[in-house]
Amino acid sequence: MTTQTAFLLNGAPVATGVRPDTTLLDLLRGPLALKGTKEGCAEGDCGACTVLFKRPGVAGPPLAANACIMTVAQIEGAEITTVEGLAPDGVLNAVQDEMARNGSSQCGFCTPGIAVALSGLLARDPDPDEAAIHDALAGNLCRCTGYRPIVDATRAAAARLRAELGGDEAPQPEARHAMITSHTDAGGATVHRPHDLRGLLKLRREHPDAVLLAGGTDLAVPLAGYETRWPRVIATGHVGQLRRIEATDTHWTFGAAVTWQEALEAVRDDYPSLATLIRRFGSIQIRSMGTIGGNIGTASPIGDGPPALIALGTTIGLASLEGGARDMPLEDFFVDYRRTALRDDEVITHVTVPRARAGTRFRTYKVSKRYDQDISTVCGAYRLDMDGGAVADIAIAYGGMAATPKRAPHAEAALRGRPLTLDAAREAGRALGSDFSPLTDWRGSAAYRHKVAANLIERLARDLAGETVEVMAP
Amino acid sequence: MNEHVRQVKRTVVGKGIAHDSAVKHVAGTAVYIDDMGELPGTLHAALILSPVARGTLHAIRTGEAAAMDGVVAIVTAADIPGANQIGPIVIDEPLFAERDLDYLGQPIGAVAATSFEQAVRAAHTVVVEHDKAEPVLDIEDAHARGDYVLEPQRLVSGDVDAALESADRVIEGRLDMGGQDHFYLETQIAYAIPGEDGDMVVHSSTQHPTEVQHHVAHVLGGYANGVDVHVRRMGGGFGGKESQATIIACAAALLARKTGRPVKLRLKRSADMSATGKRHDMVSTWRIGVTEDGRITGADVRYLARAGNTADLTGPVLTRAMTHTDNAYHIPAARFVGHACKTNTVSNTAFRGFGGPQGIITAEAMIDQIARELDLDPNLVRARNYYGPQTGETTPYDQPVEHNRLGEVTEAILRSAQWTERRREIDEHNKTGPVIRRGLAMMPVKFGISFNLPSLNQAGALVHVYQDGSVHLNHGGTEMGQGLFIKVAQVVAEVFQLDIDKVKITATHTGKVPNTSPTAASTGSDLNGMAAYKAATAIRARMTPVAARHFDVPEDDIVYRENRVHAGNRSIGFGELAHMCWAARVSLSEAGHYATPKIHWDFKTMKGRPFFYFTYGAAVAEVAVDTLTGENRVLRADILQDCGSSLNPAVDLGQIEGAFVQGMGWLTCEELWWDGEGRLRTIGPSTYKIPGSRDVPPAFNVSILDGAPNAEETVFRSKAVGEPPLMLAVSVWLALRDAVASCGRPGLSPRLRAPATPEAVLAAIDDMRERAG
Repeated sequence: MTTQTAFLLNGAPVATGVRPDTTLLDLLRGPLALKGTKEGCAEGDCGACTVLFKRPGVAGPPLAANACIMTVAQIEGAEITTVEGLAPDGVLNAVQDEMARNGSSQCGFCTPGIAVALSGLLARDPDPDEAAIHDALAGNLCRCTGYRPIVDATRAAAARLRAELGGDEAPQPEARHAMITSHTDAGGATVHRPHDLRGLLKLRREHPDAVLLAGGTDLAVPLAGYETRWPRVIATGHVGQLRRIEATDTHWTFGAAVTWQEALEAVRDDYPSLATLIRRFGSIQIRSMGTIGGNIGTASPIGDGPPALIALGTTIGLASLEGGARDMPLEDFFVDYRRTALRDDEVITHVTVPRARAGTRFRTYKVSKRYDQDISTVCGAYRLDMDGGAVADIAIAYGGMAATPKRAPHAEAALRGRPLTLDAAREAGRALGSDFSPLTDWRGSAAYRHKVAANLIERLARDLAGETVEVMAP
Repeated sequence: MNEHVRQVKRTVVGKGIAHDSAVKHVAGTAVYIDDMGELPGTLHAALILSPVARGTLHAIRTGEAAAMDGVVAIVTAADIPGANQIGPIVIDEPLFAERDLDYLGQPIGAVAATSFEQAVRAAHTVVVEHDKAEPVLDIEDAHARGDYVLEPQRLVSGDVDAALESADRVIEGRLDMGGQDHFYLETQIAYAIPGEDGDMVVHSSTQHPTEVQHHVAHVLGGYANGVDVHVRRMGGGFGGKESQATIIACAAALLARKTGRPVKLRLKRSADMSATGKRHDMVSTWRIGVTEDGRITGADVRYLARAGNTADLTGPVLTRAMTHTDNAYHIPAARFVGHACKTNTVSNTAFRGFGGPQGIITAEAMIDQIARELDLDPNLVRARNYYGPQTGETTPYDQPVEHNRLGEVTEAILRSAQWTERRREIDEHNKTGPVIRRGLAMMPVKFGISFNLPSLNQAGALVHVYQDGSVHLNHGGTEMGQGLFIKVAQVVAEVFQLDIDKVKITATHTGKVPNTSPTAASTGSDLNGMAAYKAATAIRARMTPVAARHFDVPEDDIVYRENRVHAGNRSIGFGELAHMCWAARVSLSEAGHYATPKIHWDFKTMKGRPFFYFTYGAAVAEVAVDTLTGENRVLRADILQDCGSSLNPAVDLGQIEGAFVQGMGWLTCEELWWDGEGRLRTIGPSTYKIPGSRDVPPAFNVSILDGAPNAEETVFRSKAVGEPPLMLAVSVWLALRDAVASCGRPGLSPRLRAPATPEAVLAAIDDMRERAG
């Protein structure tokens, strides 16, 4: 036991005695007096607080993350780079220098976060194309410039860095191993950091009221707003079994603490449509922290992971110290609004996702007010097994249409065994009326949700027939 | 003619010099108020906000909050020693609610604690005992009830009834326009430091330091001379820190007075979006008389604006909407009426464009409707109604449209955007009936520059030259990212022919330059640049005789060039001359003052010359629309903007691009949504979506009109640029209408609200298809 949390900050070791439920942003701007990292929203959506985060024991370049919704509970043994670390000797790095020259800042408040996010991009992709630059900027809002100079500065900085390297690959940072303390007690709050599943299950049984913390990208929002506190946290990020990805010819098994960024890399080739969805549903700052288990466990009716995973036929694995392990279809896991089948002493251990087979068609479509880093108004996911020209089997799931992410049995029935014609698609769309009764809220009216959910099936038919169906299609 | 107009070669002005803080921005070392070193004993504060949209306040129970760790003071209206009044124009706005709760999120008090976290937690713990009444949330309801915060405004010219009576066609229409949150990245903040004799220094993130100074003085029950307001920089303003910063500064100062300790009040984003005002959402309705060939003979237009609970700046916002309802078009007979509807929502305020966007989109909606219903080319209808270049036609408020560049910018943008080819190509694409439709539109903007209130059109600057030749520059304008400080520094550097780094830019400070106007209405560089120009030239005029004596030449032979002062082939350093001036007991300090000439305005008749000049621009936008979901994307935008002789083309380019994208946000993805209780549910970036980098048109061609000095005597013949290009984004909305129209048939005009969210676009498409049968 210790009262300190130890990590590397801009290359130097730091130990802090603040409460583990303090946000990293408050630690940086408060006790550590590093004022370059800004608070713009305290909900992980503007990127003004972007830092680079490298987990202990993980190789490769650090990834952008939001300091406002990252807690001290999550940084033990990690390496963190802030804007102050980009120019340690007072010499601006290539991104900063190009941005300063070409009008990439006006008011300047978002600028440090953008410089950090783009420095992170160039560390993992020395030659980003336009789409990759937008992807790296999806979690950073600028209200002044209109972004054009920022995108240009990124290209210019990348070219400079490539010229400096002379065609050599930049050396990839190795994994840094650190002693991870099993728990830290500070200021009346405790974080437990179990190293294995048994330890996690034991803690879960002992402390059913503790906050089970994975990425914290959803859970930490009220914390950052000072609406709650976490007297006791169980962090899942150091449990080896939860961090694994296992791939066979037919399935992937993703540990519950696998991040969406890691999952994105895994599924890219099998399911390009799912990869696109993952890129859209969270910025790199969110994907580098947010986990598959967290996304499922938070049981949001508008989470984008579950509809796709349900349509793919995902099985979820749960475990408790006394009850042992059990599996269930993911669609049965969601019981009601923000309620799941998870028992008090249980944790999510993994999900098993079938890989693409010959004849499998998978598409997922998200409709939202903004393309990137927005929450779905409606998110539809469709897996079809085609037999010749006809639909042999189909699974359709939607988010944003009910209190839980949910299958659409009537629509599925309308398509099963038939060719996927426009007429059939429209009929299935009408059948959705029996599957869902969505709500009206700020993301869309019930009528719009109904209409779009139905029209997305028509889009599916057109898409699979080879038509261009999305405005963002390149 | 001013000297600066004759001067041919410019060395500093007109250069694309980077923002003075650019390096500090990227390094994270630019200091915003929350980054300042805190004085010992500093307290942190949070606002207590009304939990209901409408009701009566009975008691504020602070006991539990006051007992929390670190809580030092809680103030409510009862603690205000002076006036509980912060209305910028009309005396109708309390700092803290006393009895009537008028909107959900209205400040009713503030807490100071030893940490920000504890202040926020304590503010949430305060119990507000109240009765709840049915809120008025809809502007048309308020209008039906006759609930206004101001008397209606009427701008009338000619006989509009007769014009409609005799018109070939009368076209009726309506447009619902949403509001817009400023979403400056730095939320509202102030740091108040009490001094001796009851004095108060306030570091405020404000566009209007003088208003903050006056209101802090009045709230504290003292005089303006006891309050110093400092503003080094804001993390964005956009109008949202013109009147709204006052609330925060006054509450911080009140707590500082009560505790005797420095107090910093920063709003969390959710509190900022709940408690502070936004762009006005409006409904405009019209009846227009037109000839068969699309010429407007008369227009009867009514605006209902959501004022919110108080007047704030709604009066002048409506005035600007009404004085821009003509946009580029001559309307021979007009009746424009504006109603400031009182609702139980936050009081709306200034936002870049200040009513201009609502006026101009109404004008363009009318033009587009005329064209669609008469089945004419919209650009032809535009051209037929443009103010003529030499006709001397006047606006409905009687200002002649002089130095008109409408024809020039239209012709140039249609050519550079390859209008004809693309129009044909897009029509061909749409004819095949694809799911993804495309739309194309061109529109002009004519925007009037000057505050509608003549008294605001003045500015002061203070310039010192020190004995080493370095220059200290101060003026009444504030830096919110728009590059004002570098532009004004360029003006001063130009006068003295010094390198830009010899001019020290300093924080705006009411103790140095008093009685300032807000940095608003795009006038920052016009006003402050000219005041600084006058101060610098006055100093130079005193230095020149000293140089002439030194060289023993006539004053006309003295030339300032490259940091030196020349007489023929002899020269001395500028610093040497400065030292000589000091030794000769010549003043090297000057307060410059500038008042915009030619302007006048009669508020009763709404006639006069409110604007010193007009600025012009044009844009072409192309969009793609998904007819199954309404999702849409801007594929290309071409922009041409008149900046006169730009003081700094790099800064101006940034203003144009940024304004356009901000305008796109207003018209597409940014939607404010209140629930039935009057609670704004879009109070953070997770629910309120401003444009991201991928939303910027992949082809984005922006140009500044070349070789176009201002015909009026502005500073170095430049033109204002902050607001006008925002309205060029109406081209995006028009292009969306064009795509929607392709789903109908000729003769039908789309009914598309703003913002054109996917839902709004799909509704317009379905409506179009239904009407087309």
